[in-house]
Amino acid sequence: MEGLTLSEAEQRYYCDLFSYCDTESTKKVASNGRVLELFRAAQLPNDVVMQIMELCGATRLGYFGRSQFYIALKLVAVAQSGLPLRVESLNTVKDLPLPRFVVSKNEQESRHTALYSSDADNPASYSGVIPPPPGRIQVKKGSVSHDAVQQRTSTDQQESTSPVVSPQQSPPTSPHTWRKHNRHPSGGNNERPLAGPGPFWAPFSEAQPGSSTASDPIWSGHSPPPHQENWVSFADTPPTSALLAMHPASVQDQTTVRTVASATTANEIRRQSSSYDDPWKITDEQRQYYVNQFKTIQPDLNGFIPGSAAKEFFTKSKLPILELSHIWELSDFDKDGALTLDEFCAAFHLVVARKNGYDLPEKLPESLMPKLIDLEDSAEAGEQTAEVGYASSPAEAPPSKSPSMPSLNQTWPELNQSSEQWETFSERSSSSQTLTQFDSNIAPADPDTAIVHPVPIRMTPSKIHMQEMELKRTGSDHANPTSPLLVKPADLPEENKMSSSVKYTAGNTVTDGYSSSDSYTSDPEQIGSTVTRQRSHSGTSPDNTAPPPPPPRPHQSHSRSSSLDLNRSFSVTPGSYTVFLVYVLFGPGPHVHRPVDAEGLIAHTSTSPQQIPEQPNFADFSQFEAFAVSGVSKEDDDEIETHSESLQVEKSSDSASSLRVAKADGRVEDKAPASVPTSGKGTTPLAPPPKPLRRRLKSEDELRPEAEEHTQKTGVIAAVLASQPSIPRSVGKDKKAIQASIRRNKETNTVLARLNSELQQQLKDVLEERISLEVQLEQLRPFSHL
Amino acid sequence: MAVCIAVIAKENYPLYIRSVPTENELKFHYTVHTSLDVVDEKISAMGKALVDQRELYLGLLYPTEDYKVYGYVTNSKVKFVMVVDSSNTALRDNEIRSMFRKLHNSYTDIMCNPFYNPGDRIHSRAFDNTVTSMMMQVC
Repeated sequence: MEGLTLSEAEQRYYCDLFSYCDTESTKKVASNGRVLELFRAAQLPNDVVMQIMELCGATRLGYFGRSQFYIALKLVAVAQSGLPLRVESLNTVKDLPLPRFVVSKNEQESRHTALYSSDADNPASYSGVIPPPPGRIQVKKGSVSHDAVQQRTSTDQQESTSPVVSPQQSPPTSPHTWRKHNRHPSGGNNERPLAGPGPFWAPFSEAQPGSSTASDPIWSGHSPPPHQENWVSFADTPPTSALLAMHPASVQDQTTVRTVASATTANEIRRQSSSYDDPWKITDEQRQYYVNQFKTIQPDLNGFIPGSAAKEFFTKSKLPILELSHIWELSDFDKDGALTLDEFCAAFHLVVARKNGYDLPEKLPESLMPKLIDLEDSAEAGEQTAEVGYASSPAEAPPSKSPSMPSLNQTWPELNQSSEQWETFSERSSSSQTLTQFDSNIAPADPDTAIVHPVPIRMTPSKIHMQEMELKRTGSDHANPTSPLLVKPADLPEENKMSSSVKYTAGNTVTDGYSSSDSYTSDPEQIGSTVTRQRSHSGTSPDNTAPPPPPPRPHQSHSRSSSLDLNRSFSVTPGSYTVFLVYVLFGPGPHVHRPVDAEGLIAHTSTSPQQIPEQPNFADFSQFEAFAVSGVSKEDDDEIETHSESLQVEKSSDSASSLRVAKADGRVEDKAPASVPTSGKGTTPLAPPPKPLRRRLKSEDELRPEAEEHTQKTGVIAAVLASQPSIPRSVGKDKKAIQASIRRNKETNTVLARLNSELQQQLKDVLEERISLEVQLEQLRPFSHL
Repeated sequence: MAVCIAVIAKENYPLYIRSVPTENELKFHYTVHTSLDVVDEKISAMGKALVDQRELYLGLLYPTEDYKVYGYVTNSKVKFVMVVDSSNTALRDNEIRSMFRKLHNSYTDIMCNPFYNPGDRIHSRAFDNTVTSMMMQVC
């Protein structure tokens, strides 16, 4: 490649073009796409273009370096001037005019040329470039600005003087003229970064970035007039050329030229200014122009343009009806057959774009979407942001019409969702409501769970017990949670004591029962586990009394939950616990019995869920009392007090106790003989206390035939339990309390899980039935139609 | 879901007809044409001045071995005819109704367009999209 010598003008021009093509700002390589566009714009035959590319070495290299690019441009100029393409011609041809590129580039080039070369050339070049379709450049309708007037005149002059020099100008050329003007002021701005993303940019590229910045203020004044001109008289000669001629020195001229330019140029301006981000953005001047146009039809900016008027107006643009119809579909956001200001601007913008050769989008670009609620925005002129703003379309907005819901920052591709969004708008809001409802539902659930916690439901192994517990829980006061908790810890140790004592005495595998002393929840398994713990406690310390509502230790079988439950039940819960208590009471006894009895008790107890827990409490309390009375060393006075309290509570609640008593008695009886001998510790001292318990139980016993037995048993159990609780209670009480609560919770969890699964199963069944019914209905239906 | 959707004008000429391309389209056109008789029969049977939504939906016009034909008439006597594949048994009546409702909405949108002359063929892209969405399921 021989060296290339360029004149200064050429140098600058080529530099600008290169920067235009240098989309990636590499400063080294011009993007092939842009270069190809440029070459296309040069309006040279393809083979010539290929030849050029070959000559400049790009085909060899595979890309357009700066030197290649310059050579190529020079060759384009050579070709355009009709000279044969030869490498030698690069340097030999001296007075080669700058290459001309038709589309945008052309204008840029021509402007460039104007910039760099003499003014005389400008008109020619411009004129060559200018003759945009007559339709574009219209006589200015009503002078929006004097500039326009001036422009017009100037353009006219230019028009007359400028023969069509450049090769056939396509409509878009006018924009180029604009661009050229832009370039003038920006002269040296050719290095503007090319931001143009959309198709608009391709042609406009170079001039736009820089020019837009420079020319925006200038443009603003211009765009409206051209529009007016365009619209008003579609057939006028393009004044742009004249304008172009004027530009050289003054920005003013440029602006005038621009304004005159025509709708297309205005579009260009628009595009340029908005090109950086969004090819569809409406610039301020464009917007102002649209607003003015709107006013001509509808003086009230907040009003509507009826469809018929809009139809007439846009028909003037001479676009095919089909396209106008599509533009309408895109821009009539709310599908009401009328155009608001925003809609009108969007439609106008689309028309302008279409006239400039840009294809209509499938969906309305975001920047064109009208803001539904703010009419003020529409009144604001030149707010690009306004145009960018998204309309908060009304819920009833027609589906399928406008592309995306205003919500959002959706990109064009997302616009497809619009229809569904539109249609589901209300649904969405309703869903949100449902969401809130859910939240509200959740809230109450929490307290329940919280409450449940303390409730020691550990009832008997049966589910019923659990259910009752749940009932109790739901019904229990929230205030009580604490008390049960308090009670629980007290119960725990008590239970332990009792259970252990009972176990010892009974010699049964009390395991099942009171082991769960810690967790008063009703799980038979737990009961077993607690027993062991209780054993540990077996130090018959009356102190056990304190915290947990003493599960009826005597009911070691039920022990764990029962004791605690008792307390709680007394204090808080309804009768369900009584069943628990019953279980607990029976705990130490034969396991088999226990469940049976428990269930039986439960059946009886339907009345008061509290009863069950109370029973154990009874037992515990009795023990505690016994302990207290007996003066067994208690580590914690509190425990005793709590126990006593629990006992008192037990006493107070008569209803449940009966059942419990019965059961407890039964159990106690079983254990009594065994327990008595075994529980050596506090048995004796316990004896008196159990008695009162027994009495209590007896009094409460309403339903149970076994009440007496139970009372006895409870007494024994209580005694046993009382004997059992030993000193360590205070120490391990907390831990036990926690463990008990944990166990209880687990029990409740399992119960709930069971319930849940059952309900789900039911639900499935029902659904299946429904489906089968529907199928039948469907089968029958066609016949009904015929 | 639908195999063919057609919009018939008051004078019983088609404003818009589109079928799933894989099938023999002519067959569907013929089907739609013959179904117009049933539509007219139902309309006349309904009496006059019935503007109820329910009556807009005509329901199953007639079933054949391969497909079913549903009808819907607007207040301006513009008819929508939809041919549905019989193998698609999951289609409920309510779904058909909703499809017709959507069609009706789209048609209304077209009517709102001042550039559309009633009686012209429908070239709206939005309407096409709506119809396509309904016909997507058919493979």
